Amino acid sequence: MESNYFLIVKNNFMNLKEILENRIVILDGAMGTMIQRYKLNEEDYRGKRFANHTSSLKGCNDLLCLTQPQIILEIHEGYLEAGADLIETNTFNATSISMADYKLEHLAYEINVEAAKIAKEAAAKFSLRTPDRPRFVAGAVGPTNKTASLSPDVNDPGFRAITFDQLVEAYTEEVKGLIDGGVDVLLVETIFDTLNAKAALFAIKEYFDVIGKEIPIMISGTITDQSGRTLSGQTPEAFWNSVSHAEPLSVGLNCALGAELMRPYIEELSNVATGFVSCYPNAGLPNQFGEYDESPEHMANIIREFAQSGFVNIVGGCCGTTPDHIKAIADVVKNCAPRIIPVLQY
Amino acid sequence: MKPYLRLSGLEPLTLTPQTNFVNIGERTNITGSKDFSKLILAGNYEAAVAVARQQVENGAQIIDVNMDEGMLDGKEAMVKFLHLIAAEPDISKVPVMIDSSKWEIIEAGLKCLQGKGIVNSISLKEGEEKFLEHAKKVRRYGAAVVVMCFDEKGQADSFERRIQLAKRSYDLLTKKIHFPPQDIIIDPNILAIATGIEEHSNYALDYLRATKWIKENLPHAKVSGGVSNLSFSFRGNNTVREAMHTAFLYHAIKAGMDMGIVNAGMVGVYDEIPKPLLALVEDVLFNRRDDATERLVTFAETVKAKGKKIKEDDEWRKQSVEERLKHALVKGIVEFIEQDTEEARLKFAKPIEVIEGPLMDGMNVVGDLFGSGKMFLPQVVKSARVMKKSVAYLTPFIEKEKTSSGVSRARGKILMATVKGDVHDIGKNIVGVVLGCNNYEVIDLGVMVSAEKILDAAKKENADIIGLSGLITPSLDEMVHVAKEMERLGFTTPLLIGGATTSRIHTAVKVAPHYSHAVVHVLDASRSVPVVSNLISKEKREIFSAKIKSEYDELRAVHLGKKRDKNYVSIQFARENNIKIDWQNYSAPVPSFIGNKIFDDFPLENIRAKIDWTPFFQTWELAGRYPAILEDHVVGVEAKKLFDEANELLDEVIKNKSLKAQGVIGFYKAATVNDDEVELFDEKGNSHGSFNFLRQQNQKAAGQKYFSLADFIKPVAMSDSNSPLRADLEGLDHLGFFAVTTGIGIEKLIEEFEKDHDDYKSILIKAIADRLAEAFAETMHELVRKEYWGYSKNENLSVTELIKENYDGIRPAPGYPACPDHTEKRKLFDLLEAEKNISIQLTENFAMYPASSVSGFYFSHPESKYFGVGKIEKDQVEDYAKRKGITVEEAEKWLSPNLGYGL
Repeated sequence: MESNYFLIVKNNFMNLKEILENRIVILDGAMGTMIQRYKLNEEDYRGKRFANHTSSLKGCNDLLCLTQPQIILEIHEGYLEAGADLIETNTFNATSISMADYKLEHLAYEINVEAAKIAKEAAAKFSLRTPDRPRFVAGAVGPTNKTASLSPDVNDPGFRAITFDQLVEAYTEEVKGLIDGGVDVLLVETIFDTLNAKAALFAIKEYFDVIGKEIPIMISGTITDQSGRTLSGQTPEAFWNSVSHAEPLSVGLNCALGAELMRPYIEELSNVATGFVSCYPNAGLPNQFGEYDESPEHMANIIREFAQSGFVNIVGGCCGTTPDHIKAIADVVKNCAPRIIPVLQY
Repeated sequence: MKPYLRLSGLEPLTLTPQTNFVNIGERTNITGSKDFSKLILAGNYEAAVAVARQQVENGAQIIDVNMDEGMLDGKEAMVKFLHLIAAEPDISKVPVMIDSSKWEIIEAGLKCLQGKGIVNSISLKEGEEKFLEHAKKVRRYGAAVVVMCFDEKGQADSFERRIQLAKRSYDLLTKKIHFPPQDIIIDPNILAIATGIEEHSNYALDYLRATKWIKENLPHAKVSGGVSNLSFSFRGNNTVREAMHTAFLYHAIKAGMDMGIVNAGMVGVYDEIPKPLLALVEDVLFNRRDDATERLVTFAETVKAKGKKIKEDDEWRKQSVEERLKHALVKGIVEFIEQDTEEARLKFAKPIEVIEGPLMDGMNVVGDLFGSGKMFLPQVVKSARVMKKSVAYLTPFIEKEKTSSGVSRARGKILMATVKGDVHDIGKNIVGVVLGCNNYEVIDLGVMVSAEKILDAAKKENADIIGLSGLITPSLDEMVHVAKEMERLGFTTPLLIGGATTSRIHTAVKVAPHYSHAVVHVLDASRSVPVVSNLISKEKREIFSAKIKSEYDELRAVHLGKKRDKNYVSIQFARENNIKIDWQNYSAPVPSFIGNKIFDDFPLENIRAKIDWTPFFQTWELAGRYPAILEDHVVGVEAKKLFDEANELLDEVIKNKSLKAQGVIGFYKAATVNDDEVELFDEKGNSHGSFNFLRQQNQKAAGQKYFSLADFIKPVAMSDSNSPLRADLEGLDHLGFFAVTTGIGIEKLIEEFEKDHDDYKSILIKAIADRLAEAFAETMHELVRKEYWGYSKNENLSVTELIKENYDGIRPAPGYPACPDHTEKRKLFDLLEAEKNISIQLTENFAMYPASSVSGFYFSHPESKYFGVGKIEKDQVEDYAKRKGITVEEAEKWLSPNLGYGL
């Protein structure tokens, strides 16, 4: 068993890259939306281990990797069943910086290791079931809840709530956990401040030097609204210019916008990026109840058009999307050719 | 895909083969700028940030930041400054060059940049290991790198050492650590020349040769350099320094230099360097003769050491009074004009001789330079200011002496006026000044002048030529009227037609046929001189008039021929094929109030930031887009001067509150009630009348839409109720209105300037007020979108994006292409009570006074867009007249520019 699995996932870099050259790869959908369906209460979040923790833990989704691993596993399996090739670990907030909100900063490493293991377990199961279609795990590296290039205090524009070095330290810990847990690629995502992302990329490359090996990096920024800029003010091309030094496997956009509104920015990135292009939008914009209600068919139709226009290599969903969305998306792009990636001609 | 150097701040800066030389601003460099150094050392970071902003505004595409100063914690200063400029999108839109000789400062700076910047610099100074270690880090932080040609042995100062180190660095970077070659910027050392030390003689030449070699032998590598070093030995002598920088850059760019750290204020135009100085400079640059340095130094001594203006002053002040007057005219210097005029008056037998002699000579030079494109309009207007002041000084003396020859030697008398119902006169005033400079006597009747007054004055003054000007479309008709009157009264005086809406074709088709004598369209001020001189000269007049006439006949024939080819669809068909907005799934955004809101004294400083400067330069006949125009090789220097002076005047205006911005906006419930008519209601449901819009009828390809502004307002079906009021008042759409002006107080300013014979400032303030009015309209529209109507609360656009209209909703103005009927402005003004609420008046032809005013509609629907109605057919005109309750003839009068059929 073990050796069989080993054969399949060996040399993932080549493997995933080869697949990307041949077809559009499907990423999974929202984790938070699916967790909500379980209607968990404070006790569920705490489990036995954190029954006496001093602050409230409800809503600390990343902690579920330790307290309710079977739920996370089930969600991963739901997406794999729907056709996802690549699933993201449940580690969006699993840095010591973000976990400090719950006074759980000391658990960052452990959560990342466990999250990676759970996702790998799910992926391995499906890789065995469909050997012609190996499944991969992306270690999700979120933006943290602080910004390195903006001041939170309007009266003191020179102030920063976090430094580059602090970010590098926290990201190094997270990346170490994810790699120790066995992820196949790292996905630096939901980037609203490019400087935070640059710190993450710096940490990753430094850590690769430490361990003497590399795994592919994926990068995904967030255009916050129709101004067409990230929260920290960059246009999509400026964003690409700022992160291209990491020579990522892919670059793309996720979150904040539904597919429809994301189109011009995906197109812009697709025109300049030399890596593969990913796109995993929200299920539309939130309605007046703050819920995402774009139907799987509607979203899939828009993404189909992206694929037909040759903009994308990797598609999936962000906030509000479900296995139904992923299945619909996987179905519509099945017969679409992937974007041909431009090669730099020296 | 080609490997381009891709940099970024908030916006990308990608260097393609089409990219021109990239200017790197050097003024935020503490080692190079004394002013900046003072500010930083005094801890005045706010002012230091302003220096950075100014650089970007002045066209720096990258800014160099250097904090290497012994008295300072450079690392802390670098971080603090970068944090502060990151908070200013106007600055942080461009990439940053982190400039330091200390690695720890560079690294601290890199940790502050979200964009891709440049490190300046690394080198082999401390050996290969350190070099590669730093390069690897630079790459990891995501920056490009400047490599100095420097190694363990020192700085490369010969051609051979330069290329040897460039190659060694390049090879190490690309082969050992796979640094992308396009991210490598080689600095082959611009070193001081003309130092008196013989070894330095080849420095410039070697840099140029090395640049060429690098571009040919190290694929994709870029070349940069700090230009100011070159002229180090001429510190304090800006004339020589500027000439050296200008000539050097000219050759370096030709050799392949991609970017450079430059003081834009110290770079001029190659062709404008005086030839003797250029020869001396190039002798030094190319080491062409042994005594090159000596000769340049000798020259430098003649221009004294204290900055350009002063030494120039010294020189020309020593010349004869005639020469001084001429110089003052050509250079537009008013400072000494009265004392020089007085001196000349005493020297000449009669005061009039001063005008006929040196002043006219000077103006002839100005006229020639302008005519041959060597001087630009703002300079000419400044020359005219000098002339006027001198003449004003002499006038009382001439009056006193008026004995025998009161006759002036002017070449002819031109009478000019802005026609009835129109208030726009910037262009006319410029033409007046230019003609004045060319020794014509100009009689300016001002604005809103009736045909009767113009023709009376022309008779009384015995004018040689009559010039008419106007900007709004009804003025075209008024000009036709003047032409008809001239014919009726038996005039033979040539008639000139000018102004923004006029055209050669309109003059040929509409004006010329009504007058049997010469009628000529004048495109701009520079064309006015040859036209006038041809028309005044007795010999040339006949031939010229005949030539114009046959040209216009031909134009007319072509035009009439074309007309038959155009097809129009019926208004019914056009309406059936309108843009069908999906109103079912649309809920119209509700404004925060219904009715009017007055802004009595809107802060000008808030408006200023939104100014679109490009049309300002067009007014002055300087071609190019702002801000690139400031760096333009041809007009850049003058454009920059004009821009600075405009901003100085603007500073003053804002400080003294001498202009006042007033505006009124209004929102009303609105419904498209029958095809092209939009009815308005207040909250109680009382009707406030309706606006009539026009629809495109020019035949388009099958499936294309025929637009009318009425399509952008949610319709109410009249069939299920007689009045839209029965419809749910809540569900109604809204239409917004605005009228804004920034011209309150301008009369007083103009009066002051004119009293001072300062046409330049008088035209300048009008051009600025016009720009402010547009900027105010833009500011108000943004406030409306974000706040008062509030349908785009999160919009966050830069000024450039605003100019490109990258937002939802439009603000079309009556009289412009989407709704060309000026008469609708009356209703708009009544609704807003604009005349009562703010001080804008409408003339009988619906021009707004003060001229610096803008009014129009607000449409909010995201699909609403600007379009031109174009020509329309009689069926629509008849229907339109019926809807408005006017006769077809009257409708045709106001819509005449848009009629697709002959009358």
